[in-house]
Amino acid sequence: MKLISLPSDTSIPFMRWRVPAVATSLVLCIASIALFLTFGMNYGIDFRGGSVVELRFEEPRDIGELRSEIGSLNFGDVQIVEFGQPTDVMIRVAEQPGGEEAQQRVVILLREMFGEVAQFRRVEVVGPRVSGELARAGAIAVVAALFAIMAYIWLRFEWHFAVGAVLTTLHDVILTIGLYSATQIDFNLTSIAAVLTIVGYSLNDTVVVYDRVRENLRRYKRMSMPELLNLSINQMLSRTLMTSITTVLALIALFIFGGEVIRSFTFAMIWGVVVGTFSSIFIAAPLLITLNLRSGRTGGGDAAADAVAEEPAAS
Amino acid sequence: MLHFARWQIVLIVLTVVVGILAVLPNLLPRSVLADMPGWLPKQQIVLGLDLQGGAYLLYQVDKQDYIDKRLRAVTAEVRTALRAEPRIGYTGLGVVDGAVQVRIRDATQFAEARERLSGLTNPLNQSLFGGASVDEFGLTEGSNETLRLSFTEDGLNQRIRSIVDQSIEVVRRRIDELGTTEPSIQREGEDRILVEAPGGDPEQLKSLVGTTAQLTFHMVDTSISGEEAMRTRPPAGTMVLTTSEDDEFEPARPYVVDENPLLSGEDLVDAQPGFDQQTNEPLVTFRLTTSGARRFGEVTSRNVGTPFAIVLDDEIISAPVIREPITGGSGQISGSFSVQAANDLSILLRAGALPAGLTLVEERTVGPGLGADSIAAGETAAIVAAVLVAVSMILVYGLFGVFANIALVTNIILLMGLLSLLGATLTLPGIAGIVLTMGMAVDANVLIYERIREEGKAGRTPILAIDTGFARAFNTILDANVTTLIAAVILFQLGSGPIRGFAVTLALGILTTVFTAFLFTRLLVALWVRRKRPTAIPV
Repeated sequence: MKLISLPSDTSIPFMRWRVPAVATSLVLCIASIALFLTFGMNYGIDFRGGSVVELRFEEPRDIGELRSEIGSLNFGDVQIVEFGQPTDVMIRVAEQPGGEEAQQRVVILLREMFGEVAQFRRVEVVGPRVSGELARAGAIAVVAALFAIMAYIWLRFEWHFAVGAVLTTLHDVILTIGLYSATQIDFNLTSIAAVLTIVGYSLNDTVVVYDRVRENLRRYKRMSMPELLNLSINQMLSRTLMTSITTVLALIALFIFGGEVIRSFTFAMIWGVVVGTFSSIFIAAPLLITLNLRSGRTGGGDAAADAVAEEPAAS
Repeated sequence: MLHFARWQIVLIVLTVVVGILAVLPNLLPRSVLADMPGWLPKQQIVLGLDLQGGAYLLYQVDKQDYIDKRLRAVTAEVRTALRAEPRIGYTGLGVVDGAVQVRIRDATQFAEARERLSGLTNPLNQSLFGGASVDEFGLTEGSNETLRLSFTEDGLNQRIRSIVDQSIEVVRRRIDELGTTEPSIQREGEDRILVEAPGGDPEQLKSLVGTTAQLTFHMVDTSISGEEAMRTRPPAGTMVLTTSEDDEFEPARPYVVDENPLLSGEDLVDAQPGFDQQTNEPLVTFRLTTSGARRFGEVTSRNVGTPFAIVLDDEIISAPVIREPITGGSGQISGSFSVQAANDLSILLRAGALPAGLTLVEERTVGPGLGADSIAAGETAAIVAAVLVAVSMILVYGLFGVFANIALVTNIILLMGLLSLLGATLTLPGIAGIVLTMGMAVDANVLIYERIREEGKAGRTPILAIDTGFARAFNTILDANVTTLIAAVILFQLGSGPIRGFAVTLALGILTTVFTAFLFTRLLVALWVRRKRPTAIPV
């Protein structure tokens, strides 16, 4: 039944590439931040206010024609995109000046214009009062999650691991923001969920690697840090690959079959899994060297102690 | 690790059976469920608005609207208080900087005026047991014999709180009248109300909830025409209101009416839609309370021949002329309504007026068609994901891959069962959470199997390798899942809407994953080991 074997007994010298890998990551992070600062993100109505209306017409409609029809309503910035089937369009109207009532007017006018010939499949209106709050709450959620996780790892491991895990996660979050900025995919509430899931996944991956590092630290007291990290990563490699692959497979299914509404969400998650896997190997581990994990605990280390430590603990 | 006592096996199997029983109601149509014996679980997973269609409406109580209204009322109270015998001369009565201000003409009467106005500070009882009482207004003296009544902070806050409660009650009554199934109406934060209603017509819901529905009857002042009053100034104690603009045939017409209403919504006991027997036009009939009927009777008998205005939210819906005294305590409002409008108006009148305006600050509505499409898409995605994950597990781990798949199916069943038992709401992002759980659920198994493989390579006997593999993987799995659980819990606490739906399934998915990895999979493998006594490492 077993047809594929995962690589085992690998001894890939990951740490030898740590300088170019970290350098690449740094460049990507800086590029992400630069992209974010220059182009920003394509914030959806959740954070910017405005309206989104998804329509299904009885017959396919020409986008250009629609644009000029809707243009006559003078809403200012209006995006019209085809959405799934040729009869479906999504109309996005920027926030109208004039408070909450002004937003409602958009939907009323659109209903007057298309109520007879189209089904209103989805209507979302976020007023100016709420949009600012949603953005703030989203940012708070991400930061709070990072802190809570750092606290947990600190308790369970040592501070080096906590800092390393959070920096790694931050790295993944920054690259995800870079992705949103580069692709200009709509960034909305669901995207915050995506970012936080990436946080969760990336940490999961990092923690698994760190767990093994910690175990090996106890076992091989004399091994140099790079060697020990290489060993740990190689030991975990087949697991890391297997889990990443199955997760990506599941996400691809969601991306292809899950429908338009969550497509951008799944896209970000796929990216997050790829980045998270990369970072747990090339960022999380080298960070432990940078943070000087071993310096404080070099004591002991005679051959006898090593031998004892290598005996498996009874379980 | 591989030893299970009989009671442990029983408990694990029982948990899974309960999980299956909890999922079952979701597969059965509601009619079958109704006939099932009472002890079986009947709870189905609640589908979110994005999956079954419906409206999510977030309203904010218009604080300024309330303050304005209240200050206007207090201004009238001040006027009445100062005009009471013996009269106190005053000037400049009005609202200045968010407070009611008045200047007393005669300094000798100032003390008396202050005495009278201090009766208007309106102490609010904070609790049933008396306790500290808060004044709604504070009375302050300004220079030049002026007196000011302004809101105290505590008083205003307490008022806003009770206004939100009252508004929730009114909104609930209105929606109940509409017959919408299972609406949820709740307070959000300080001054917001969240209305979630599955199905139905969101437009009708919006127009019903958002209307203040302050109904008042005013006498019309015929000494001056409405147009003239608009040009000049309406006489003291009157105001100009116009008829509803909704009427296409008649442009909005101004009327001069008494500022103080003759009757208000509180004087109404009932309102029903009906038809005019002569013209067959839709109208609304109403009945008044005894005291309202008496007042209405007196006024109408004194004013035969003059019109009075029926006003809804500062718009005149009808201004009939009094033909004969109306003493029966009931009447009709006709105003060229459509059937729907007459129906809605009667619902609004029956349910009462909102104490303050509600502003719609966030709206999300999903049509039923889109909801159904989303469910179908989610199901397809979940099935495809499950098949992909299952196949790759078998390809890589063979027989143990089959165990992992049985565990995966059990995991999903338990997750669905938990969702059903908790009555949690399944949303589209929630389905995404389930799919993600599938991807990550295998992680626990992979960690275990890889450990077993390592232990085997280190030279242990198969059974010992399996046993240690489980033991060693334990810590890693726990750490990895707890971190994700923390993320999920924070998502749930801080998030709203789509984020919450996702967080719920993610968090529950982690719990079921840990259960299946530690107990169910281990049990499966233990039973297999007991039976087969393997001689080679199976992964």
